[in-house]
Parts: sequence; structure tokens; C-alpha cells
Amino acid sequence: MRLTRPARRAALAAGGAAVALAFLAPYVVMLLDSLKPAAELRASPPRLLPTHWQWSNYAEVVRDPVFRSALRVSLEVAVGSTALAVAAAVPAAYHTARHRFRGRSAFLFLVLVTQMFSPTALVVGLYREFFELGLVNTTAALILTNAAFNLAFAVWILRAFFASIPREIEEAAEVDGCGRIGTLLRVVLPLSRPAIVTAAIFAFIAAWNEYSVALTLMTDAAMKPLTVGITAYVTAYVQHWNLLFGASVLAIVPVIVLFALIEPYLVSGLTAGGVK
Amino acid sequence: MTGVVVYPAAALVAASLGRYSMTGVYQRGVGLLNYRRLVEQDALPAVIGNTVLWVVVVVAATVVVSLALAQLLDANFPGRRLVRWAVIVPWAASLIVTSKLFVWIYDYYFGVLNHLLLALGVLAAPIDWLGDDATVMGAMVAVGVFVSLPFTTYVLLAGLATIPADVYEAARLDGASPWVTYRAVTLPLLAPALVVAVVLNLIYVFNSFPIVWTLNDRNPGFGHDTLVTYLYKIAFKSALRDVGLAAALGVVNVLLVLAAVVMYLRTVRWQGAEA
Repeated sequence: MRLTRPARRAALAAGGAAVALAFLAPYVVMLLDSLKPAAELRASPPRLLPTHWQWSNYAEVVRDPVFRSALRVSLEVAVGSTALAVAAAVPAAYHTARHRFRGRSAFLFLVLVTQMFSPTALVVGLYREFFELGLVNTTAALILTNAAFNLAFAVWILRAFFASIPREIEEAAEVDGCGRIGTLLRVVLPLSRPAIVTAAIFAFIAAWNEYSVALTLMTDAAMKPLTVGITAYVTAYVQHWNLLFGASVLAIVPVIVLFALIEPYLVSGLTAGGVK
Repeated sequence: MTGVVVYPAAALVAASLGRYSMTGVYQRGVGLLNYRRLVEQDALPAVIGNTVLWVVVVVAATVVVSLALAQLLDANFPGRRLVRWAVIVPWAASLIVTSKLFVWIYDYYFGVLNHLLLALGVLAAPIDWLGDDATVMGAMVAVGVFVSLPFTTYVLLAGLATIPADVYEAARLDGASPWVTYRAVTLPLLAPALVVAVVLNLIYVFNSFPIVWTLNDRNPGFGHDTLVTYLYKIAFKSALRDVGLAAALGVVNVLLVLAAVVMYLRTVRWQGAEA
């Protein structure tokens, strides 16, 4: 049986709404509970909506020195490692896109291997390395680690994009007197803005959300990033679920905005990146 | 990359061959003793069983559900943009935030899940989802699938975008039903994207740390740990605090993932590497 066009569209839209609800529901619970007074979280059976909307929870989180220092560390690590990863990925991706070198499959394999040597598997080795270098409890340690683990993915996205730029454009620039570096800076990079922005946002989000390395290397309370720091709101001794969720909402919102910005590039980025 | 991948990898192998004090001071080389001790750990068989269950069920369920989701999000309907944004949210939220959130949702007294299931009449009495040995793994698997869906769906969406429209047109002219078209046209052409989705998920899910770490936090011992959380407990948390033993397990873990990926790529006879 074939549905008529309007009926098909309506059925798809209804399915879409159900999917959206399923994905958002847990985070709606988080948002609503972040606005409840502590006593209301201890209601059994639980109510979905707060009876008293306690917006001051957010003021309390923002004033909290623990949250502030965690936010500072997270920003330093995410910005630093993104800058480092993109700065290293651009020349590496350009080189591999423009030169035929032995074994492109070897390169693909390298990307897979870095994914495999995930920070969690290497955490013992990483701890020993940074311990010997005296870099435990420094943002430098997290910046280096995140940049390295996000480098492969950034190269992956950028390489595919550089390869899609017609060589003739670069040859024309060289005829007009641009050197190799000049061509890269004045022709290739401006054309590649969408790909570079996508790679940068991916690196930023990965660093912003990283947990296990930060948990291991940042033992000093003042050096913990948001992912590790916010867990202090709920421990065996204190149960500030509303503050935990308030801090979580504040940590998530910028990432959702960044993701929404690159959503149009997400499909084409992954297509170009290897799903061919 | 050398400093943060190659060096720690080497340090890991070196550490797995040595003996360390509880405070992490190197004492002497012991050859393969750590590996032998690892095999003798009482918790190991259960941890390996948990890991196999965790990886196989999460990856399989994620890929199957993502195939359906990708098909839906590839179709054209009003509000598609908003649904795509909604699907991204668990990807954007850090795993630790989502894990903590589900600890709360699964809570015996105050959690919304028990309340909902009681109200719907599905349950007669509340369940201690994360404290009951019978439910904790299922509860963790559900969260594992939930957070793996967005990325996997987008990889498959990217795969669907590479299938040219005229192939579908040809199938339609031949009178193929939607299901036959899906089986005979879409799935074979989606194969490369499926391979990428499975391989990356195998790696990510095996190495996944925050979900099991957080949701299993209340339970003592290693009864519901995977190899990755077991490693972390050996190295930094439990009474063992054994760097050498943890390093040996780290080496085994990396080799296991490598073996799983190579085996999978062999079975599907992957030709995509040179593409």
C-alpha cells in the first residue's frame, strides 16, 4: 500500500516529533530539576515541574568559586588545544592532500590507531609521562593531550576538503607570482573556511567534554575542568543535584549552539572525510 | 602526537614489565610477571564477560536503531531541521553529564523512570536499577546506546547522501517495493558507511569510560566493570594501586581492540582503504 504524499509527510513529521522527544526528554528533566529548590528534589513521587521556580540556583552556581575555576580551566584547555590541533592539522592535511605518498591506507590506519589508543587505554602511560615532566595539575598537560588526540580527526576532515579544491586555482595563483606559502595563505585557506571551522568546532567540543584524562591528571581541586569539577556537587557526602544540573546546563548550552552552527556541514564533512 | 601517543604507549609497555610500590615508585623489572598475575586475577573472567556483552549489545543495537533514524532524517518533512538538532543533543552533552543525569533518572526513590513505569502500570514495585545485579548492566547498556546514536546516525546519513537519486528512480521504474529497494539498493550502497560506523563504534564503546564508571559507582568490587574501568580501578582506586598490573592490562586492551577491528575488517573484506 502506498500512502498519499501529504499522509506520508504527516506520518514522517509525527515520527520525527517522537524521535525529538525521546532524545530531549532526559535533558528536559535536567533543565527542570536545575530550577527546583533542594527540598522538591526529595519529593516522592517526583513532580516534573518545579512548584517554586528557583532561578537563584544559577546565580549560586555562577558565584561558586569551584565552578568559576573549573570554567576557566575548561576554556583554557579547549581553546589552547583547538588552536594547537588546527595549527598542526592545516599543513599536515594540505601536504597529504597535494602529494601522492606511499600508502594512503597507511594514513587511514594511523587515524584509526590514534582513535584506538584512546586516552583511557593510555592513561597509565600518560600519567607516568606527565608525572616525570612535572606537568601533573597543569593545563599544559591537558592542552597537549587533547590536541594530539583531536589532531587525527582534524587532519581527516581538512584533507578531504583540500583535495576537493581544483589544482588549477592554485596553479593560477602561482603563475600570478604567489609562492607555495602565499598560495596556501591567500587562496587555499580562505576557500577552506567552512572545513576549518568544522574541524575547529569538533576539536573544541571533544576537549571541552573530555573526562578520563582530566580525572587522572588534575588531582588538585583548583585545576579541575568542568567535566570533573561539577561532580563535586553530588558525592557520598553532599547531594546538590539542582546545582549539578544547573552547572551541567551552563556547560552544555555553548556546545549545543556550536553544534547547531556546524549541523549543515556535519553530513558533508563526514561524507568527505571517508564515508565514500 | 609522538609525545602524547607514542611515548605513553612505550611508557605503558615499559611499565607493564616492571614492579612498582603503592605510591608508584619503580622498583625493578619483572619480565612478564604482571601478565601472569593478570591472568590469575579472580575478577578477570567476569570483567571479560561484561566487556563482551557491553561492546556487542551496545554496538549492535546502536547500528540497527541508527539505520532507522538515518532513514527518517534523510526523508523530507516539515520540522526536519529541529529533529536533527534534537538528535545532536546527547552528542553535544559530555558523557559525564549524561551519566550523572541517568544516575538521577534511575534513582530508586526520586527517579523519574520508576515513577513513569509505575504510573503506566508497567511495574508493580520500583526497581533499584543501578543497585540490583540483575538490572545494572541493562541500565548501562541503554545509556551506552543512547549516547552512541547521534554520531552513528550522522555517519549513516552521510552514507545515504552519497547514493545518487537516479538509482532509486531506476528501482521505482522496475516496480520494486520500498522494502525490496531498501534491501537491494540502499543497504549495499550504504555498506562503506556501515563499516566505518561499526569500526568506530567498536573502538569508542570498548574504550568508553564515564558511563560504566559513573552508573556502577555504588557497587563494590569489580562485578559490573568492563576492562577499561577495571584497569582504572587497578591503577588508581582499589586497594591494589598496582601500576605494573594496570599497565599490563592497558597493553592487552589496546591489542584486543586492534584484534577486534582487524577481524571485523577481514570478515567484511574491506576494499575502502585505497578509495
